[in-house]
Amino acid sequence: MTLALYVASGSPVHRVPAGVKLALLAAGSLLLFVFASWPVVLGGLAVVLLVGLGLAGLPSAVLWQQARAVLWVLLALLVVHVLVDGWRVGLTEGGLAVTRLLTLVLAAAVVTATSRVSEMVEVVERVCSPLRVFGVRPARIGLLVAMTLRFIPVISERAARIREAQAARGGTGRGPRAQARIVVPLLVQVLVLAHTLAEALDARGADSEA
Amino acid sequence: MRRRRSASDGSTAPAAAADPARGIELRDVGHAYGERTVLTDLTVTLHEQRVGVVGANGSGKSTLARLLNGLVLPTSGEVLVDGLSTATELRAVRRRVGFVFQDPDAQIVHPTVAEDVAYGLQNQGVPPAERATRVAEALVRFGLDGHADHPAHLLSGGQKQLLAIAGVVVMRPHRIVFDEPTTLLDLLNTRRIADLITSLDERVVVVTHDLDLLTDFDRVLVVDRGRIAADDAPAPALAAYRALMDARR
Repeated sequence: MTLALYVASGSPVHRVPAGVKLALLAAGSLLLFVFASWPVVLGGLAVVLLVGLGLAGLPSAVLWQQARAVLWVLLALLVVHVLVDGWRVGLTEGGLAVTRLLTLVLAAAVVTATSRVSEMVEVVERVCSPLRVFGVRPARIGLLVAMTLRFIPVISERAARIREAQAARGGTGRGPRAQARIVVPLLVQVLVLAHTLAEALDARGADSEA
Repeated sequence: MRRRRSASDGSTAPAAAADPARGIELRDVGHAYGERTVLTDLTVTLHEQRVGVVGANGSGKSTLARLLNGLVLPTSGEVLVDGLSTATELRAVRRRVGFVFQDPDAQIVHPTVAEDVAYGLQNQGVPPAERATRVAEALVRFGLDGHADHPAHLLSGGQKQLLAIAGVVVMRPHRIVFDEPTTLLDLLNTRRIADLITSLDERVVVVTHDLDLLTDFDRVLVVDRGRIAADDAPAPALAAYRALMDARR
């Protein structure tokens, strides 16, 4: 599994501060929900594609990867709309909801692919800084965000290795039972990983952070 | 594994002055995890540039490595690094002693290469401009300069270990402890890491099962059942280790 992390480039979109991009993403999301009509949603999608593929110069594979990840969810959403509202209304309303969600997913992908994680972490820390009065340490929240992004592919890879090991010994690797058999060994591996990670954070001076 | 923080850890009191001439001193050190004793009455002083530690699985060598920068504190005796106690001067000790783990995936914290190398410097409060310079230098030194913005999880095993070492070396510790740094690597990457360790200016302590790695070292300790079974130059120490293992077959 690969996350659409930063795609290095010196494009104008890359040079826009991460905080501005995140604010625009939030405002755009709000706009799409408040003015939910085909012209607005299709216009939004066009802008996202123009910014992502045109201005930022991102490879189309980066956006396609993100769209593919939510394809089944979008399809399920469309089916639910059709079942609830009937063919004609369901397709129209469901199509609008699906296009809107796809636009948001692609917009978020453009932001993550054009912003370094450290910049986004800085934004998170700035946003969380008022919480200091409640004893919250913004640097810890920023680190949490960075580590979440870092360890999703690592844990996903370990799950794949367990699945392979089980398949090599005759496991089917399919169905809910096979999935359940992965949970315990994966949990054990994740706990061991977490323990070593805690040691590594100590060794690299995490104690000293603000 | 038990991890403790000393009472003075985190205090703002000035650290005691370090004296590099004293090296790493273990005085009557013992360590137990609950009822299970893993190290007993270790007394040894390490002054050499390159020290190797070998021993069978479960012999206590990884615990010994973790004692050297305070990841584990002794349950008896004391560990002094350049005269600083790991129990009372933990932060100062950790600034002086870097630690490289066996599994690089468990110590790479940030999603991309350059950001991960910068992490330790950020914790040390190094200003952004200097941080950027030092990160760039480290990436060039470790052959990762073409991967600065590359996702860490897409690196090869050897590159991940290089990144892990870069993340430690960039913090400019005086000593670096390596816990089985080549165990997960192929022959080519094992040789690369071995050459890198040999070229480091910092004093190193390397815990390993790769006996070839230690042949040019200054000193090798053989740990067996929680005690030091041999402490000598590489050739006689490794011969003693082989004889010990042969006797157990």
